[in-house]
Amino acid sequence: MKDWTAKLRRIRALTVKETRQVLRDPSSIAIGIVFPLMMILLFGYGMSLDVSRVSVAVVDEDASADSAALVGAFQLSPNFVVTMARSMDEANTIFMSRKVDGVLRIPSDFSRRWHLGEAEVQILVNGTDANQARIMQGYAQGPVAEWSATQAGPVASAAAGPVIVVNRMWFNENNNSQYFLVPGLIVLVMTIIGAFLTAMVVAREWERGTLEALFVTPMRAGEFLISKLLPYFALGMIGFVLCLLAGQFLFHVPLRGSLFLLCLASMIYLLVALGIGLLVSTLVKSQFLASQLAMTLTFLPAMMLSGFLYDLRSMPAFIRGITYVLPARYAVALMQTLYLAGNVGSVVWLNLGVLTAMAVALLVLTRLVTRKQLS
Amino acid sequence: MKSSLLRILALIQKEFLAVLKDPRSRFIIFLPPILQCLIFGYAASFDLNSVPYAVFDQDHSAASTEFLSHLDGSGIFRRQADLGRPEDIATWIDSGRALIVVQIGQDFERHLLAGEPAEVQVIADGRNSNTSGTASGYLESVVEDFNAHWRADHGEAGPAIRIVTRSWYNPNLNTRWSMIPSLIGTLTMMGTLMLTAMSVAREREQGTFDQLLVTPFRPSEIMAGKTVPNMAIGLTQSTTVLLIAQFWFHIPFAGSFFILYSGLGLFLMAAVGLGLLVSSISATMQQAMLYAFLLVMPFALLSGLTTPFNSMPKFLQSVMVINPLRYALDITKRVYLEDAGFTQLLLPDFLALAVIGLVTLSGAAWVFRRRLT
Repeated sequence: MKDWTAKLRRIRALTVKETRQVLRDPSSIAIGIVFPLMMILLFGYGMSLDVSRVSVAVVDEDASADSAALVGAFQLSPNFVVTMARSMDEANTIFMSRKVDGVLRIPSDFSRRWHLGEAEVQILVNGTDANQARIMQGYAQGPVAEWSATQAGPVASAAAGPVIVVNRMWFNENNNSQYFLVPGLIVLVMTIIGAFLTAMVVAREWERGTLEALFVTPMRAGEFLISKLLPYFALGMIGFVLCLLAGQFLFHVPLRGSLFLLCLASMIYLLVALGIGLLVSTLVKSQFLASQLAMTLTFLPAMMLSGFLYDLRSMPAFIRGITYVLPARYAVALMQTLYLAGNVGSVVWLNLGVLTAMAVALLVLTRLVTRKQLS
Repeated sequence: MKSSLLRILALIQKEFLAVLKDPRSRFIIFLPPILQCLIFGYAASFDLNSVPYAVFDQDHSAASTEFLSHLDGSGIFRRQADLGRPEDIATWIDSGRALIVVQIGQDFERHLLAGEPAEVQVIADGRNSNTSGTASGYLESVVEDFNAHWRADHGEAGPAIRIVTRSWYNPNLNTRWSMIPSLIGTLTMMGTLMLTAMSVAREREQGTFDQLLVTPFRPSEIMAGKTVPNMAIGLTQSTTVLLIAQFWFHIPFAGSFFILYSGLGLFLMAAVGLGLLVSSISATMQQAMLYAFLLVMPFALLSGLTTPFNSMPKFLQSVMVINPLRYALDITKRVYLEDAGFTQLLLPDFLALAVIGLVTLSGAAWVFRRRLT
């Protein structure tokens, strides 16, 4: 019994020390509060995956009534800003000087060939930004289809297509990209707070020699780790609450699953991140190495290989294989499902199970390594 | 003058020793750029190679079978299941086993033969609306293809317009071609800025910075001693990425190495300058690391690397004039792919980088000098 109270007292003392260290360092507050806020604003307002309007130079070499109507369709389209050019030479000059994103060329035989059954328009895009070029290619279909529908008269019904697609996007009917950014953001924020700070914490104690001072005290490895975990766990939860509030009140992302499960999932993922940070820190004992390793092992995968921004299904098999050992993958699937789809048993329990196993394994491993190094 | 140069050389040698002496530290300087370059190259694409889908075919007609064979023949859509009941749709979407479910109503063929529009319901998993939007886009182009075939087979073909796209500098519109050259700047900035910020902070934390200050070194010499080695390490990192781009991903280099490296030199000066500025306000390595990270994050996300720069709010676009990465991306991409020269197009980029470099370096020098006295 006495043993227990002494243990608790030691943990408390160390936790208080660690908490003071956190509170007194402006950089930990910056990462705990400023960082989540910054990410929320950046992802919510700064980054947009849509190409809003494309500027295009139009060369009408045909100068017929048909081609003029087609140009009109482009001018009316909300996706295009049209600049007229007299010749291809002029259009190329504007294109090369980056004043427009692309060139639309209506060849001189456009009208004649349209009445023969098949006409052609040419689009010139700049492949330096492949994504934008492809989006522009897609946008161009709109005015062209619209024009041919108005031209063809009776054939128009056929132009609308025998098969029409009725699209429904479940979980996100209005195709709002913030719906999938917010769940991913929680994972990203937890990763940074959890892994970065702790990666430096233990390494700093090794570098400064303060850990050796602890060797001579009756403190145990487990107690030491708990005292390191608690303050940063609290900091991580502050970040989580900030993201949760932003999702609710700023972006109005629906939370269709249970709040309890969402909190539980975040806590477990936070423990995983803290575990990685502590393990790296304990193993390399150098702040510089620990920070770089934490960056490479946690932040990068959480951003790139988690299914947050880029879909896992389109990655080559060996990269997809790597993602299975990365905790962020399970966390993103879990958060996106809990937020948008609800408590889907098969998804939730599988991912939660994997994350819990990872958290336990990492913390036990860290404890073993620390104990070995302490003795 | 000569003795000053000698002193700087000594500092440079010391700095290289401090970073490169430890094999683990050598490793950590080059491993992340290589790893990141490969990961970005393979993973960072909004294209989809394979879309798992399920079918709920209530028609079971020749027409619906023909329609589905068009989907299966696309090479992208992979059929996971034929569903028997409407309840199955939710099961397959919820569990994520199917990205989309195609539902064909029981009067599909009847409508088609009667010349009426036949509807196909497409249900997409919107948990990542970006991905499902892309998948729906692919599906629609398959449907268009089916429509064209159907019309041709049933003699209803009217006039059509073909859109012929020509793409300059990247004929196949390969995402990797625009991504990897951008990484030459991005990865180098992450590495260099953090390395610089932490190298000063480490000296400060370990007390060796104070020792430096009592030597006959002048602040400008100490600055030069920090700037040159970190720029050199940054250039090596850029070269690593450049080599991977050319020899691993086989992206043809169109431009001039001279222009590319002059741009990178200015860019690294700006990155090192920012790193020194960060270190001048950080007392510990933790602070240096976290502040550097807080600076690099928005710079990387708002540079145009992942999302188009022109789609950002105007306000942020104007704030980003201080972002060296934005100019570096312009230079590396355009020299790499377009063979851009020292024309009026690249000059503003060079100028901006030079200004950022000068301002940050002299700002850091000013702070250090104030700490000295």
